[in-house]
Amino acid sequence: MNLWKRLMCTARRRSPWLFHMNSGSCNGCDIEIVAALSPRYDAEQLGVRLEGSPRHADILCVTGPVTRKAVGAVKTVYDQVLGPKAVIAIGSCPATTNVFIDSRTLDGPLDKHLPVDVFVPGCPPRPDAIIAGVARAAAILAERGNNSPTTTVAIASVAEEAKQ
Amino acid sequence: MTLLTALARLLIFPGLLFAVPAAWFFLWVERKSVALMQERVGPPFMQPFFDFIKLLGKSTPPRIGIAGLLMRAWPLIAVSAAAGAVGLLPVLPLSGGFEGDLILLLALLELPSICIIAAGFSSRSIFGEIGSAREAALSVSYNIVFLLAIVSIAASQHTFRLDALASAPFTPLHWIGILAILVCLPAKLHINPFSLPNAEQEIYAGPMTEYAGPELAMWELSHGLEWVAGTGLVATLVAPHVGIAWLAACIFVAISFAVVLLLSALAAATARLAIDSSVRFYWQCTLIFAVLAVSSALFMRFRS
Repeated sequence: MNLWKRLMCTARRRSPWLFHMNSGSCNGCDIEIVAALSPRYDAEQLGVRLEGSPRHADILCVTGPVTRKAVGAVKTVYDQVLGPKAVIAIGSCPATTNVFIDSRTLDGPLDKHLPVDVFVPGCPPRPDAIIAGVARAAAILAERGNNSPTTTVAIASVAEEAKQ
Repeated sequence: MTLLTALARLLIFPGLLFAVPAAWFFLWVERKSVALMQERVGPPFMQPFFDFIKLLGKSTPPRIGIAGLLMRAWPLIAVSAAAGAVGLLPVLPLSGGFEGDLILLLALLELPSICIIAAGFSSRSIFGEIGSAREAALSVSYNIVFLLAIVSIAASQHTFRLDALASAPFTPLHWIGILAILVCLPAKLHINPFSLPNAEQEIYAGPMTEYAGPELAMWELSHGLEWVAGTGLVATLVAPHVGIAWLAACIFVAISFAVVLLLSALAAATARLAIDSSVRFYWQCTLIFAVLAVSSALFMRFRS
């Protein structure tokens, strides 16, 4: 049984499938996510796959400052991703609402609505920082196992890690 | 064929014990060769295995009633049909067969795509239904050519026994039939340019949109087994007749591998066709060759 748990842990770490959710982003971060999968950065080396359906995904990548119209959609998609799951906030917008702070059209930042596991700061973040964030989220998934996500938020300075 | 040899073929070689690792290997070869053609490094060797294990450990949404039961059943039926199709392939010499096993093989090869169509409709998702409708339209068009190609090979040899067909001498008709099967395989395996039933991103994931966890793992496995069965069918028809068992097995694996490489190269080099272009391709461009093949096979049979 222990062997099965260890195998499952390795499999979760090495097979992160992403679902990309735009919650009112300017498209900058979305383009960087696509760039992370392109031949230059090739995130598939880590087993990353961008999935079409949230049902297939393990990691929900949210971009954008969470507009009022997007709150319901973000929560619905989060519920559609089946456990064990992790959430990555990509860019400065979902982390702090960035330059749109105090806008009356926003209901952000993201951690007001969902338990976020990894923040990847940047406007937009570099593709290698996004890949480092995905790797960190996959490691968190593997460690956490079937337990539900805790409310404490692990802020990873993935931009620093990517530089190293 | 005794019960013991049938069980050995179904469970050991070329059945489950060989086919499941081969399915993962072929899925990896497909992804890796597409990556290499795009100048990427691509996924690690164990990737399909890790994907499968991870999916087994995920939870599934609650499914209630008959529709829920059916949704759980379709992937299992698809996996067993594909595994049965692989088990029927006459890879080893003197492995024995029975009269009409070619017809059973064709039925088992067709069952996974029928399961996919039914799965999309029973999921009640609009994207699943669109994917299923596309799969049904595609299946009607490529199956005519596929079946006519197989019938032309069978008619030229006067038999529906797979092992007799595999050891038959080569004729030009044989090659036309194999070519027609190769043309149909991309549509059967849902790879580019005929990937429109599960068109990634375009209609989310097609019939698989609502599937998750272990059910999705079974779909992935059945897709891999379809790869093994489809390429294995070509390999058994192409492979020269060898008396030594291990050599025959090696030739089977090598030819299957070559067909996988060929299909992956095609998938990487082409873009997805729209449904009308795909259907037109099979009905207008390839059907005429299949009809020619089957009519000349019948003509030759009446002359001899």
